[in-house]
Amino acid sequence: MIEFELNGRRVALSADPATPLLWALRDHLAMTGTKFGCGMALCGACTVHLDGAAIRSCVTPLSAVAGRKVRTIEAMEDDAVGRAVQKAWIEHDVVQCGYCQSGQIMSAVELLKRTPQPSDEDIVAALSGNLCRCGTYQRIKAAVHAAARELAA
Amino acid sequence: MRYEALMQRLAQMPGEPQPVGGLVLSRREFLKLSAGAAFALGLYTVPAAAAEAGQASKPSEMPDAFIAVHGDGGIVIQVNRLEFGQGVYTALPMLLAEEFDGDWALVRPHLAPAGDAYKDPFMGMQMTGGSMSVKNSWLQYRELGARARAMFVAAAARRWGASPAACRTRNSVVLGPGGRHASYGELAAAAMAEAVPEQVTLKAARDFVLIGKPTRRLDSPAKVNGREQYGLDVHLPGMKTVLLAKPPVFGGKLGRWDAAAARKVPGVVDVFPVPLDRGAGGLAVVAEGFWPAHQGRRALQVQWDTAGLEKVDSARQLAHYRELAGTPGLVARDDDISALDKAMHRLRAEYEFPYLAHAPMEVLNCTLHYHGDRCDIWVGTQFQTMDQMAAAKVLGLKPEQVAIHTQMAGGGFGRRAVPTSDYVAEAAAVAKSWRAAGHGEPIKVMWTREDDLHGGYYRPAYLHRVDIGFNGSGRIMGWKHMVVGQSIAAGTAMAPFLMKNGIDHLVVEGIVDTPYRLPMRLEVHQPEVNVPVLWWRSVGNTHTAYVMETLIDELAQQSGQDPVAYRKELMQNRHPRHVAALDLAVARSGYGRRKLPKDHAWGVAVHEAFGSVVAYVVEAALDNGRPRLLKATAGVHCNLAVNPLTVRAQVEGAALMALSTTLPDNAITFEDGVVQQDNFNTYQIARMDAMPEVDVHIVPSADPPTGMGEPGLPPLAPAYANAIARLTGKRLRRLPFDLA
Repeated sequence: MIEFELNGRRVALSADPATPLLWALRDHLAMTGTKFGCGMALCGACTVHLDGAAIRSCVTPLSAVAGRKVRTIEAMEDDAVGRAVQKAWIEHDVVQCGYCQSGQIMSAVELLKRTPQPSDEDIVAALSGNLCRCGTYQRIKAAVHAAARELAA
Repeated sequence: MRYEALMQRLAQMPGEPQPVGGLVLSRREFLKLSAGAAFALGLYTVPAAAAEAGQASKPSEMPDAFIAVHGDGGIVIQVNRLEFGQGVYTALPMLLAEEFDGDWALVRPHLAPAGDAYKDPFMGMQMTGGSMSVKNSWLQYRELGARARAMFVAAAARRWGASPAACRTRNSVVLGPGGRHASYGELAAAAMAEAVPEQVTLKAARDFVLIGKPTRRLDSPAKVNGREQYGLDVHLPGMKTVLLAKPPVFGGKLGRWDAAAARKVPGVVDVFPVPLDRGAGGLAVVAEGFWPAHQGRRALQVQWDTAGLEKVDSARQLAHYRELAGTPGLVARDDDISALDKAMHRLRAEYEFPYLAHAPMEVLNCTLHYHGDRCDIWVGTQFQTMDQMAAAKVLGLKPEQVAIHTQMAGGGFGRRAVPTSDYVAEAAAVAKSWRAAGHGEPIKVMWTREDDLHGGYYRPAYLHRVDIGFNGSGRIMGWKHMVVGQSIAAGTAMAPFLMKNGIDHLVVEGIVDTPYRLPMRLEVHQPEVNVPVLWWRSVGNTHTAYVMETLIDELAQQSGQDPVAYRKELMQNRHPRHVAALDLAVARSGYGRRKLPKDHAWGVAVHEAFGSVVAYVVEAALDNGRPRLLKATAGVHCNLAVNPLTVRAQVEGAALMALSTTLPDNAITFEDGVVQQDNFNTYQIARMDAMPEVDVHIVPSADPPTGMGEPGLPPLAPAYANAIARLTGKRLRRLPFDLA
């Protein structure tokens, strides 16, 4: 039995401790906002926060999150930075297929918590691990800046 | 006109305006139904044969509504296409709501299931592709909205004893004489009792309030909070996850296998052989979720039988294509090029393009619940009709016994439009065996990224060899062009519509129909190769535009002419939309007026695909000796832009996808029949650091819209290459770019 805190609630799972957190979320907890894209930490679609740090849940075994705090895209509406980012995403019409955007948003939220007024270079550095096949990068950049401005206001 | 003829026409003359009015209406019947709503209106296209035989349709066979209005005013609009990023989930409801005068805030789109009503009105099948959604549903969705509106007006007029002509509509409200008004929600049940009008008048463009207005996507809220359900997110009680073990060479068969270790993995439920696409064989690993399925698949001991199969080797293939290029091929265009040999100057060039994987971010998947006498399928597909037929065939059912619930898809770019229905038919085969083994639970068959990159259906590899004779002023005396590469349409159900005299239009589009006036002899070789191939965003234009637009640019440069002026001169005033797009990109980029810093250069290209024209003027720079694309200014001519916000987004995205094709490791290659790329570490797609600024401008127009899902892609790579040639003097003739 592995226990951790997920979006502010305690969960206990009896699963193979080697199970990647991604699949514990998706298959065991039916929380499908976190996406599978590559399984090798190459695309960032599975990004979640572990004790506040953006991590790739597809290569993070369940055993590594025991006793720690996990936050996913489903909790971003309850987070001031998360809400600002989501609002900016909608206002900039960022999404296309949208599949990578949970991961993009999780990386962006972590960046803004760490660096409230990021430069273009900061954004590229923080989000270059998040692939978007639809090519929404330009709008993501603009939306991150907009969210930063809103949070500073 | 028969569907076949229409399809051929659409395929060969993508810029042709669509038939209007009478033709569309004569094939249609409308039906009223109660789909859990107070008001619901549907329509279907009478099959050509039935229409010609004068057969009456039976509404009971077509229980599909396009628009439903609920008592609370909610307007549910069925979208008869796949939404996979291109924006139809917003654009098609805009068309309907415009004529309906519905309150946009009350519109709730829904992706339509497979159904005859939802077939493309011109293609005779339910599909998403060829940048056709808005173009082909432009009248269909507006007519639906206008008919529904007339019924609400009639209901209100009847209630008030007024003349319908004295009533107006605005924002889901009917306004009548004497200040009377009633909302669509309260009128819904009464509107249902009204006759569907025979004739409706559509709005004039000047009266549009939604169409042409930049409109934010309706799918954004659910896509930023994780609640959107994609195919891979389908979760059903008792559902199992299935991974397939497939042979390393296309068409390989299952040899000796041992699943003892796989079965010992906790969570693995069953392992059994399953027939695969194109006559191959493999194993299905059924498990309680992905992780045990993955562990189980890794634990399999399998010997594959690949004897007698062609084992493609990319280096050998290139050598073979070069040999073929030197031999006579099928003639696709045969102008008089006798002046070529007498020309003062010659330009000879050979181009190479690799296989490309679509690599949509959401891996392929298909969930089935097979009940023996019927089957429910949840899948993100561009080809509902064909997939429904394919699954029915595998399961021994009639197509109408197979319900396809169209799922939101995480990209596709053509990979979810498969004439063989590979991923759906394979999943159906698994479901069949699963049920035969006595199981009743639903199954989700999913691919991994490795399965995706290994799984075939790539943009084919191509070789072009071109020999051009021109004089000192750049006048082209003769253009001899050879294309070598696989046909996409050959052997598929689409072949009769897309192939003429043995030549696949998808191999030569973008060359055979070039807007430039030049004498051309075009030949093709379409070798059969043991690699499944498919359309990939903008299809033939992915390579033909590159060859044409870099060569035209080179001719301009060699004859000392401005690349924009030279292009316009070669078009000889016959292509006003090309010129308008080019002029707009030139004007907004500052080309010819703004002086660029040292080590910066302009690049230009223009290309028409699927009836829309996109021109790019790009600015590239040398950054420590390496080229980098800084900015792309696009001029777009898609006639009336229904949702300019989406048009801009599609061009931004297409530009980035095109840029990916120039970057290192954006190629699928083979050794001994085996794909050499496994995941995003060896098949690289552009990351944020590569993104240039993309600035999109749309030529104003009131003509019926043409599509924009693909046309932004073809001219970007050649525009960038043209800029690099001016920076480095090097003409890049191989993709991805070799900048070493």
